Amino acid sequence: MTLTLDAPQLVDTRPLLLARHVSKTYGNVQALNDVSATVYPGEVLGIVGESGSGKSTFLRCLNLEETPDSGSYTLDLPDVGGNLFDLDRYARRMLCATRIGIVYQNPHLGLLMKHSSSGNVAERLLVAGERRFHTLRDKARDALDASEFPLDRMDAPPIELSGGMQQRVQLAKAIALEPALLLLDEPTTGLDVSVQALVLDTLKRLQQERRITMVIVSHDLGVIRTLADRVMVMRGGRVVEEGLADQIFQDPQAAYTQQLVHAKL
Amino acid sequence: MSLKSLTRDWEPMSYGFLDASAKREIRRKMLKAIAVPGCQMPYASREVPMARGWGTGGLQISCTLLNPKTKVKVIDQGADDSVNAASIRRFLARVSGAPTTLDTLEADLIQSRHRIPEEKLRDNQVLVLQVPNPEPLRPVQPNMSIARQMHADADYGRMWLQLYEQILRAGRVMQGASYPSLVNGRFVMTPSPIPRWDVPKLHMAKHLTILSAGREKRLHAVPPFTRVEPLVFDDVPYRVEEHGALTCTRSGARGFFMNEIPQDDGSSAFEISDSEYGVKTLRQRDGEAVTFGDTWYKHGEMAQ
Repeated sequence: MTLTLDAPQLVDTRPLLLARHVSKTYGNVQALNDVSATVYPGEVLGIVGESGSGKSTFLRCLNLEETPDSGSYTLDLPDVGGNLFDLDRYARRMLCATRIGIVYQNPHLGLLMKHSSSGNVAERLLVAGERRFHTLRDKARDALDASEFPLDRMDAPPIELSGGMQQRVQLAKAIALEPALLLLDEPTTGLDVSVQALVLDTLKRLQQERRITMVIVSHDLGVIRTLADRVMVMRGGRVVEEGLADQIFQDPQAAYTQQLVHAKL
Repeated sequence: MSLKSLTRDWEPMSYGFLDASAKREIRRKMLKAIAVPGCQMPYASREVPMARGWGTGGLQISCTLLNPKTKVKVIDQGADDSVNAASIRRFLARVSGAPTTLDTLEADLIQSRHRIPEEKLRDNQVLVLQVPNPEPLRPVQPNMSIARQMHADADYGRMWLQLYEQILRAGRVMQGASYPSLVNGRFVMTPSPIPRWDVPKLHMAKHLTILSAGREKRLHAVPPFTRVEPLVFDDVPYRVEEHGALTCTRSGARGFFMNEIPQDDGSSAFEISDSEYGVKTLRQRDGEAVTFGDTWYKHGEMAQ
């Protein structure tokens, strides 16, 4: 008789996000060259690199806004199978509307500037099929509250709000449906340092409270250092180096990463 | 046996102003529109002797459908006697030889601008509605290529958002006419600028409704017995105009859609919008024998 002892699973070893060998060209420009990434549930992956390194293109691929020339992308979620790049437009839209949230650098890309802030959050719930007005109001209020948005301004249009407030509305919209994956494209660029710190605090708190899996793109190493568990350094469409955040910042291996870290310091 | 005995008597076969190929194209598009209720079908809108925006879409459908035996009724905002209605009615009669009528019950073909008659239409009647803008997504998506994709994906979240914003700002849905409605559970259409009062009349109606926009070169249809459901939140009910308790000052008709007529003293008088129904009511009051059809609304409430 063999006695088997099952040790409790302390760490979920199945990655939530698995992108493999993603390549993308625009005309003669190779924006992504054989980029692969793995993100585990509850983890924050930071992507850094100079302008034009392909980090935003990669994020757009993860948000299914772009279809790469080659590569595969899977999310370990119920009812979501196969290479997501092969999905048709409708399936992509529904997946992004319900399971993936995104915060853009430019709020104009993510928000309807003349609609109310609560309406912007409600839109995401409407696409997912919510049809009760009062439920929409309540859920929008909850999401805005979680993003530390002042609720007395929840019906003000984003066009009347500051940049930091607009980012909070975007964040509320992204988390309203409790997405499995949150993508952040330079969420603090263009904000002054004090507002940056507030937005980062909110993101950090949300990540700790809700264990949201995040991929954050930034050229600001300080932002990445604050939030990321692991870091991927990109240059010229390629991954130069990847590792734990502490390892990357304290003991960078690649020459380009060393240059980046030292330039920051 | 003479040759004449083997042939039919001469009768007009090219009538209705449009040439045969134009009619053929519009018929094909009408059949497609009927096959996919609420879906907009593009067509090559022809020049007709009327300015775009004055009912050219409806006119082309009417010209295609009618024949010299069709009884035609034309209304404009419910009235048979407005300049636009009278001109279109006279034109249709002149180019086809079709008899005209003012009575909804007698008509085979009703061309209308912005109203549906108060008397129920039968299964052998066709309602042609003139539509200025057939695209319900235009207010939320100015790019028509993207709007078409949104229709294909049944992506109507922005339409709901528009209603959300109206309730937020005004406490109620402010959309007075062209209320967005889901047809057969699939396509959202704008039911031409008919008032909210008229939208329930399209739901599971016996008659065929064809909506055509000449300037925008598109038509769509609501076939008989098709679900037409106004977009409405589950906890904010759809409401029609509160005209149920109003009485027409001229005819005494009550419980129908009214036109508001401002008075010198600042008050308002009301006249029934469906002018022929008002005339019938007056004639009955004067002792004439008048036949009324069954009406959609009874005592100001939509009959179930």
